[in-house]
Amino acid sequence: MSEFFSQTVLTATFTAALGLAAPFLFATLGETMGQRSGVINLGVDGIMLLSAFATYYAALQTGDLLVAVLAGMGVGLLLGVVTALASVTLKAEQGISGIGIYLFGLGFSDLLFIKLVGTPRPIPQLNTLAIPVVDRIPVLGPILFQQTVLVYVAFLLVPVVTVVLNRTTYGLNVRAAGENPAAADSVGISVARIRWSTVLFGCTMAGLAGAALLLYDGIFVQDITQSQGFIAVALVYFGAWRPFGVMAGSLLYGLTIAVVLQWKSLGIIPVSASDLAAAAPAVLTIMVLVIIARRFRQPAALGKPFERAA
Amino acid sequence: MTVSGAPTAAGPPERARESVLVAMSGITKRFPGVLANDRVDFDVKPGEVHTLFGENGAGKTTLMRILYGFYQPDEGEIRLGDERVVIASPAGAIRLGIGMIHQHFMLVNTLTVAENVALGLKSSRGPLTDLARVSKRLSELAERYGLRVNPKAHVWQLSVGERQRVEILRALYRDVALLILDEPTAVLTPGEVDTLFAVLRQLAEAGRGLVFISHKVKEVLDLSDRMTVLRAGRRVGTLDRSDATREALIEMMVGRTLVTEVQPPKAESGAVVLGVRALVVRGDRGDDAVRDLDLEVREGEVVGIAGVSGNGQRELAEAIAGLRKPSGGTVRLAGSDISGAGPAVARSAGLAYVPEERLRDGVVPDFSVMENLLLVDSHKAPYSRLGFLQNSVIRRHCARLVEEFDVRTPSLDTPVRTLSGGNIQKLIMARELVRRPKFLLVAQPTRGVDIGAAQYIHNRLISQRDAGTAILIVSEDLDELMAISDRVLVMYEGRIIGSADPRTAAREELGLMMAGITTPA
Repeated sequence: MSEFFSQTVLTATFTAALGLAAPFLFATLGETMGQRSGVINLGVDGIMLLSAFATYYAALQTGDLLVAVLAGMGVGLLLGVVTALASVTLKAEQGISGIGIYLFGLGFSDLLFIKLVGTPRPIPQLNTLAIPVVDRIPVLGPILFQQTVLVYVAFLLVPVVTVVLNRTTYGLNVRAAGENPAAADSVGISVARIRWSTVLFGCTMAGLAGAALLLYDGIFVQDITQSQGFIAVALVYFGAWRPFGVMAGSLLYGLTIAVVLQWKSLGIIPVSASDLAAAAPAVLTIMVLVIIARRFRQPAALGKPFERAA
Repeated sequence: MTVSGAPTAAGPPERARESVLVAMSGITKRFPGVLANDRVDFDVKPGEVHTLFGENGAGKTTLMRILYGFYQPDEGEIRLGDERVVIASPAGAIRLGIGMIHQHFMLVNTLTVAENVALGLKSSRGPLTDLARVSKRLSELAERYGLRVNPKAHVWQLSVGERQRVEILRALYRDVALLILDEPTAVLTPGEVDTLFAVLRQLAEAGRGLVFISHKVKEVLDLSDRMTVLRAGRRVGTLDRSDATREALIEMMVGRTLVTEVQPPKAESGAVVLGVRALVVRGDRGDDAVRDLDLEVREGEVVGIAGVSGNGQRELAEAIAGLRKPSGGTVRLAGSDISGAGPAVARSAGLAYVPEERLRDGVVPDFSVMENLLLVDSHKAPYSRLGFLQNSVIRRHCARLVEEFDVRTPSLDTPVRTLSGGNIQKLIMARELVRRPKFLLVAQPTRGVDIGAAQYIHNRLISQRDAGTAILIVSEDLDELMAISDRVLVMYEGRIIGSADPRTAAREELGLMMAGITTPA
């Protein structure tokens, strides 16, 4: 246990925690926007899976990581169209259609991998980008400022989404659509348009989450997400539908996974118990959800398709 | 913000009065199985209050929802000034300078007053909201019209009256030329109604056109310049204020003359049937909705509970009916303590209950008339033997009830959701009264019920009282309570703050109490 508390290992653990938190953060921020407008998207994990594969395949084909990330986001956007069509325009039961997207993503990403790739091959690595000057701050510098560009973007999005939700006319419309769509409709706001926009944003972010996860791992495997997309949905509740709240949840989750990985590699957790240890983050989430998150109220129209009353 | 194409609200009323602001002609609207509007003509001039009068379900709201762009008419046209317009959505109506205050407020409770007002408007700061500016203008408007509200307050913190002020301010902020108000007085105390009417007159004098939807004769006569009466989707006629009388309006509304309700003679009251002591009941928000309340209802008397909605009446009724556990105090029914014992115990002690939300709590809407009539006693003989329902017995029993209580239904097998509010209410009354209760609790007996059925229900309650039942009525309709109660108690913030004999008390006195003002005796 003592070797875990050496500075090198702790720094490595926290650095990894941020990298592991980034995919969660993209997915939860996107899902937060969707849920604030009244749409719950349970298909996040399926979108992440397909986007991760698209990112991997594009990287293999082109060797260009920017193209790879854009491919991942593009797949997210495309599935966003399907999600919005089902949840907003066709007013489907959102939980069920989301699970449909998930199962599609799970199966189809695996099928494509077998058909198009077969044996795993490595792709170029996403380099870390040290921010000059601040990366020399003792202890914190290497943890915070020697990350990949995706990690920086993920954390910068937190204040951006906060401002959009709380300070813009668009954000006001989003909140109104999620709390009382009839009221929004009656003052001339198109609830459908608002919800389409948040779903497209959310799914594109889920695509970016899949890309970030893939580039962190560096290789595609079957079920690469291990249900992280579902965790992301839970983290939105955990974070009480607030960007900084979901950031706290994502960090907690990233840290827990990083610690478990580190303990495994240091042999602190015996191999026989490793599966059990992998469940630690999930147990943690459930506990926090039960204890803390119940105090916050979800958007009143969450999960309810909007229709003008007769 | 003046919107292009909108008729301007400015200018002296004299000149504006000549023109017509908006004219709807030949409007027909069909819903599945219902003809909601049948070739209706309706117009509004600048500077007038034009009332749409009629029973529930007469098509008033539908007509105005068409004008506000919620629905498209199947036939007919709308002209704004000289121009024919198609109003495809509320956004379109707003652009044309039309505002509507709905019966159920269209406010977002989690947002502030200023945010609700800004909702749907262009901001002066591009993509960012300009709440400071909105608040400032809002305060100016509030000052000018005497509609004080705090722009920073969240809507959920406001009283119903304040929420309505926010709705009116929102329409004024948009500088509407035509304002539609759908039953705006339903949730107000008599004092608040006076204030509202003063504001509405002020708006009309400034040259705006107002549409006032109501089914209350007194208010209509107080406020309107003209009144159009609708019955079963058709326009019966339009009267000028100078030609209108109470009797004429009612006859036009129901299609026949109604006997004015007579104050019933007070029956001899007997032993205490319902005794409530120091009752405390928690509301949905976790605060105490009923606070230390005492109440008695005797054999053969009708006690009415008056009050503006949200002062604990619903929680009180639910606690008595065993649907909500009190956190303190006792409820005794016919001698046995039923506090917190649940609805089954309350019913076997002699309670019958006609709930406020009749479609949600009173019936199973998709069940048939027969099934609903049997809901409470389905497990008892002779309706059930060895766990099997006795269909022929049930059918005879239900046919008799439908006949006796004048429930107008095509058959016993018709799903209850297709019946009108009045007939559903009569059905529930039949089911509850056939059990010969010692105590009858009725919440909002005639809300959403047409006048004919309401009169039937009132008569039925009186005869039940004369048969010795103790009756407690919770209602927001003060006139109803004054007509049928032997005692009226006023509930305010969870307490009974006063009582009055409806035969001697003045309506105004009760109105003041509903607003929480008691005069020292």
